[in-house]
Amino acid sequence: MSVEERDPQTGYLMTGHEWNGIKELNTPVPRLVYVSLIITFVFSVVYWVLMPAFPTWSSFTRGLLGADDRAAVTASVKQAAVARSAWTDQIASRSFAQIEADPALMTAVRDTGRTLFGDNCAVCHGLDAKGGKGFPNLTTSSWLFGGSPEAIEQTIRVGINSTHPDTRIAQMPAFGRDGILKRDEIENVVAYVRSLSDTKAAATIPPATIEQGKAVFAANCAACHGPEAKGNPEVGAPNLITHYYMHGRDENALYADVWGGLKGHMPGWEGRLSPVDRKILTLYLIDLGKKRP
Amino acid sequence: MIEQLTKNERQVAIAILLVLTACGMTFAGVGQGDPLGAHGFLIMAAGIAGIFWVISGYFTPEPPADRSDSYYDDPSRAGIVFAMAWAVVGMFVGVWVALLLAYPDLTFDAGWASFGRLRPVHTSGVIFGFGGNALIATSFYVMQRTSRARLPSQLGPLFVLYGYNLFCVLAATGYLMGVTQSKEYAEPEWYADLWLVIVWVTYLIVYLRTLARRKEPHIYVANWYYLAFIVVVAMLHIVNNLAVPVSFGSAKSYSLFSGVQDAMTQWWYGHNAVAFFLTAGFLGMMYYYLPKRAGRPLYSYRLSIIGFWGITFLYMWAGSHHLHYTALPQWVQTLGMTFSVILLVPSWAAAANALLTLNGAWHKVRDDATLRFMMMAAVFYGLTTFEGSFLAIRPVNALSHYTDWTIGHVHAGALGWVALITFGAIYASVPWLWKRPAMYSARLVEVHFWLAIAGTVVYVLAMWNSGIIQGLMWRTYNAQGTLAYSFIDSLVAMHPYYVARAIGGLLFLIGALVGCYNIWMTIRTAPPATEPAPGSVLEPAGDFPEPALGTAAARQAAE
Repeated sequence: MSVEERDPQTGYLMTGHEWNGIKELNTPVPRLVYVSLIITFVFSVVYWVLMPAFPTWSSFTRGLLGADDRAAVTASVKQAAVARSAWTDQIASRSFAQIEADPALMTAVRDTGRTLFGDNCAVCHGLDAKGGKGFPNLTTSSWLFGGSPEAIEQTIRVGINSTHPDTRIAQMPAFGRDGILKRDEIENVVAYVRSLSDTKAAATIPPATIEQGKAVFAANCAACHGPEAKGNPEVGAPNLITHYYMHGRDENALYADVWGGLKGHMPGWEGRLSPVDRKILTLYLIDLGKKRP
Repeated sequence: MIEQLTKNERQVAIAILLVLTACGMTFAGVGQGDPLGAHGFLIMAAGIAGIFWVISGYFTPEPPADRSDSYYDDPSRAGIVFAMAWAVVGMFVGVWVALLLAYPDLTFDAGWASFGRLRPVHTSGVIFGFGGNALIATSFYVMQRTSRARLPSQLGPLFVLYGYNLFCVLAATGYLMGVTQSKEYAEPEWYADLWLVIVWVTYLIVYLRTLARRKEPHIYVANWYYLAFIVVVAMLHIVNNLAVPVSFGSAKSYSLFSGVQDAMTQWWYGHNAVAFFLTAGFLGMMYYYLPKRAGRPLYSYRLSIIGFWGITFLYMWAGSHHLHYTALPQWVQTLGMTFSVILLVPSWAAAANALLTLNGAWHKVRDDATLRFMMMAAVFYGLTTFEGSFLAIRPVNALSHYTDWTIGHVHAGALGWVALITFGAIYASVPWLWKRPAMYSARLVEVHFWLAIAGTVVYVLAMWNSGIIQGLMWRTYNAQGTLAYSFIDSLVAMHPYYVARAIGGLLFLIGALVGCYNIWMTIRTAPPATEPAPGSVLEPAGDFPEPALGTAAARQAAE
């Protein structure tokens, strides 16, 4: 190793080390590095003095600013609630009709309800509330447990077949699997039900089949769905004359429903959403339904 | 490879493989009806295949006595092949999970193809499979040449390499069966972890013994980094994986830690895995291959030392910045944040040292895609470390945390830094290792370079956009003082960026496939009869022909 060896290209001094051809320049550490180290270190020391920073035997250094995340969050949550109470108090105290008559409150309901619905309900009912297979459309006038504001609010609170003590209960027996009806009886009653809502289909089905199905319906289905198949919100039995069917309206879908029965689930939201939030959701849904032409 | 082993070493190899097979058989027996049983059969199959492999070469002539006069490069060659194979697997699964986020139906209703199982296959595949194999391969290569000493044993390095890949296979197949500790980047269960401890300690011993045999007075900075990588990863791995198995017949275990202590231990591990696996190890790679390929002396010895100790000391404190605004006590968050800020200085010192080393060789950067890989890696290293320190500042983190910004940051580091420096190092060392004048096609290296850069830029820009949009949507309030957007709204807004991200990842994957083809053709092409002209611009002579190592006369001359 030669002392004072210089890099021929730059003229810089070398360290004299060499590893398999790799050499090193003896460039001093740029002053910028030291300055940056000092600046970042001073920043850190100031931060440590001002904020909670180091553990002590049984606690920690609190910092001169007395900053405390938990207290700060608690305070700001409280402050936000106070700011919101300007309108949420009115939602809580007024009747549904009063709120619906107040355009300013309804604007709040639409804005807040949309987010509440998106975060809590849309997973099953869809962002547009139009439901899907097995999950009801909430924008029609047809409601399983009644479409009055009070009924909707109750359904949201206790859920359907949920773990809430006051849950709404609804179950359709498995007529085929449990041997209540025979195969041809199910086929006939499916034909009858289809004829109720689907005039096109009705034209292709022999009248005799529909007649036989009607008899089966009166004996087995009318108890819940009513003699005219218009449903009964007390037991969550849907109106079968409407055009909307949760599980599909074709022959196979209806056969599967009657054969295997139905038991939907909706969680109760009491304890998860505040009474005001549930009221907002109720109003949001009623408002959605009204938008329909 | 077997012909490089002596009779005695072949017998020891068979003995080790018999023990491995017996372990597998035991697991297969006691783990019936459990994923552990399936892994038992897998270990057994690996052991038996190994035994057949050794036996197939058992009666070949023993290596000449003067084998210790040359470097031992079999493990490095195999490691590079493994690294490229894992790159393809890991990046393919990466593109798949990226598509899953945009099109969730791509699980095809199969449990093993759900996002939660595929995602660790991607992360472990690229970090441990691709990155780990590249680190092992290059560390053996660099350490021998900068120590002017052959690896101390024949069997040790092979055990490390193949044992490590067995760990990777156990990890990836375990995830698909649902075996996980649910610790990010530390998902493998207790038996795989124990196996990795054995492999890793062997690695450390091999490394230290080589250093002890070195014929250079000083230890080159690359070796400092490789050594930090090996020592600290061992420490992190052992502490974070302390756990008690449900039974010896079950793959499931419970961690020693719980609650916020568990979270802190996990992110102490997680962040230092970034520091010592994805940073220190690859800095070691950069400090050898970049000056070597550029044919320039390192810019500053002193800067490299300051950088090393700064990075090593400061990173240890920074892990808690992953837990800002959580149940973790605020003072721990303060420490994590402030040390992360100071950490920027040594990080940029390392990046600057690399880029300034290129002074006097920028014409080579222009002409040589391999060197350009390394240059861009240093640039991305600088960008990513700046971003990391920035994101560690608490108010910034309040916006970025839990968003895709973090994903973008990680990939700026993983694609832009780790993968680019690795491809650069691989393209440099493949001709050196297989004694070829150059890569099969310099044009394909160029194609790979631009695919990798395009993929990285598309990926990172998509995630920056989506992350910041997400963060802002989550904190926007309407006039009524309630949240303006639901979570699903933010998902809908993410969709175009998720598609763009998958395209970026796909470009990067195609680049890796081009690289595989190029490397394969380089290996397959017979070496030329004559030596290449030394010092050509496109392929600096570098380590080829191999420097004299062994004979006393050569040693004398070198010293």
